[in-house]
Amino acid sequence: MSPDKNTKEMICIVCPVGCHLQVTTDGEEVKVTGNRCSRGEEYAREEMLSPKRVVTATCRLEDPQHPRLPVKTDAPLPFEQIEELLAEVYSLSVKPPVKVGQVLIEDFAATGVNLVSSRTIQTQ
Amino acid sequence: MRTEQIDALVIGGGAAGMSAAATISAADFSTALVEREDELGGVLLQCIHNGFGLHEFKEELTGPEYAERWVRKIEQSEVKTFCGTTVMEMNLLEDGRKECFGYSPQHGVIKFVTRTVVLTMGCRERNRGNVMIPGTRPAGVYTAGLAQRLVNMNGYIPGKEVVIVGSGDIGLIMARRMQWVGSKVHAVVEIQPYPSGLTRNISQCLNDFKIPLYLSHVVSKIYGKERVEAVDITPLKNGVPDHEQTFQIKCDTLLLSVGLIPENELSKQVGIELNPLTNGPTVDSMLMTSIEGVFSAGNVLHVHDLVDFVSAEARLAGENVIDYLKGVKPDRELPIKPGANIRYINPTRINPDVNSEIYMRPLVVSNNARLKIMVNGEVVKQQKKPHVQPSEMIKLKISPKFFKDVELTPDSRVEVTLQDEP
Ligand SMILES: Cc1cc2nc3c(=O)[nH]c(=O)nc-3n(C[C@H](O)[C@H](O)[C@H](O)COP(=O)(O)OP(=O)(O)OC[C@H]3O[C@@H](n4cnc5c(N)ncnc54)[C@H](O)[C@@H]3O)c2cc1C
Ligand code: SF4
Repeated sequence: MSPDKNTKEMICIVCPVGCHLQVTTDGEEVKVTGNRCSRGEEYAREEMLSPKRVVTATCRLEDPQHPRLPVKTDAPLPFEQIEELLAEVYSLSVKPPVKVGQVLIEDFAATGVNLVSSRTIQTQ
Repeated sequence: MRTEQIDALVIGGGAAGMSAAATISAADFSTALVEREDELGGVLLQCIHNGFGLHEFKEELTGPEYAERWVRKIEQSEVKTFCGTTVMEMNLLEDGRKECFGYSPQHGVIKFVTRTVVLTMGCRERNRGNVMIPGTRPAGVYTAGLAQRLVNMNGYIPGKEVVIVGSGDIGLIMARRMQWVGSKVHAVVEIQPYPSGLTRNISQCLNDFKIPLYLSHVVSKIYGKERVEAVDITPLKNGVPDHEQTFQIKCDTLLLSVGLIPENELSKQVGIELNPLTNGPTVDSMLMTSIEGVFSAGNVLHVHDLVDFVSAEARLAGENVIDYLKGVKPDRELPIKPGANIRYINPTRINPDVNSEIYMRPLVVSNNARLKIMVNGEVVKQQKKPHVQPSEMIKLKISPKFFKDVELTPDSRVEVTLQDEP
């Protein structure tokens, strides 16, 4: 067995069946068993090689009625960059008015992913 | 006192209320929508995660985004909205109309005299009293939904070292949320042998953070004088606690995600009949309660896991209100009952002469199940279900075609069963 060979168990979340996958990686090669369809294999490959998640959080809003503004990334962000994004979100402070979909952080860390507002808040 | 004379009063401005009100008002019936909080949206406003709207809008939205789309529809409609107003009393008038009183710190008391009422008050969370965990009563015990509101809307973080009781979706979502605000979640403890939340949430809210999920375990004791200091966790062996295997986890916060119950204060006050299987009102094929002219939809009727189903059900309730206001009634109705492996079916009566949609909850997990619809004990329709589990509601379309080959008498009843086919 080569040194970078490793096996991982994961649950496919592409559809509600939730197949239990066994995934073996050997360098760039990924072997998947336990999937009932090809979408499971694709999911496992992505999860092993470059897992990504949509991040949702809140940041400070300068509005007495709404102290927090819900925000989200407009595309999935590489897993290892989530902490860094969250730190930036928590240091952000937004002044109303703000519109749903308005970009608050553009092209975060050159990933092409934006942080956008999930809500519209008018000025009082 | 201000008085509003209307065709329809919708009580509760969450997903259900907004959908029902928009539907009724679009048919030119005067409609009022009353909401206790200062803005429309209901529980959606605190659900900042995404996963809403795949059916209604064909895209994945966060709760606030989903709410905002409906708020726009309400703003563009003729619906009269009363926020910051709580309906606390309903009386039945002799002419069949209803008289409801709304209390508002801003507008005082408002009297609504209405031909119909739609109940869309949502649900509340079960708390420690409902689950009975022994031990002290220190601070630091919250229901998961309350914690969600505190973190996401008030910016208050309830604690640093967290244990979650119950594996419902709200608890799972909160596990990730607490991790993302810098707290540590040490465990999720579930009494059942299977998780009660969606697989996707187990994967992305627990496994992503390596949070252990203890199935068939209970929190057997809470320690701490002023603040929670630790909890005892005990595995179940053949359904009984195996105390020798008890272990302790130090924590300052306990979040309870142990289920939701329809909000029934008002329904009880007017004497609406409740369905012991759903804990919500018993409704007929028009989603009308035991009181003529009073309808119900959304979480106040039965607890939903998908907001899209809430909006759809409430739209249906709205359409039924329109029919009722126009004097259209079903010619006949048949009782529909849950059979094997089905916990409940809503509504409890159907109209066999029109297309309808019913919702039910299964009692079992299966990756190959067969749903059978039976009339007088005879199978009239079967459906394969590639996956069912108790946390996912099943939606079923009923068509008049199902009944064309059976003889329907006043004694006929419909039954739905679910069979696991290994
Ligand atoms: C915490 C949580 C997380 C969820 N996560 C998801 C998810 O990820 N994806 C998904 O699709 N679905 C999710 N759901 C389900 C879905 O969002 C809800 O079921 C749906 O939004 C409920 O809508 P509703 O209108 O029935 O109730 P609510 O949104 O609760 O609305 C009821 C409204 O009635 C008001 N009210 C109550 N009593 C009165 C009164 N007497 N007078 C005036 N107003 C009153 C309340 O203030 C409230 O605003 C979640 C549900 C919860 C609780
Ligand atoms: S492998 Fe295919 S069938 Fe299994 S959960 Fe994934 S998408 Fe569904």
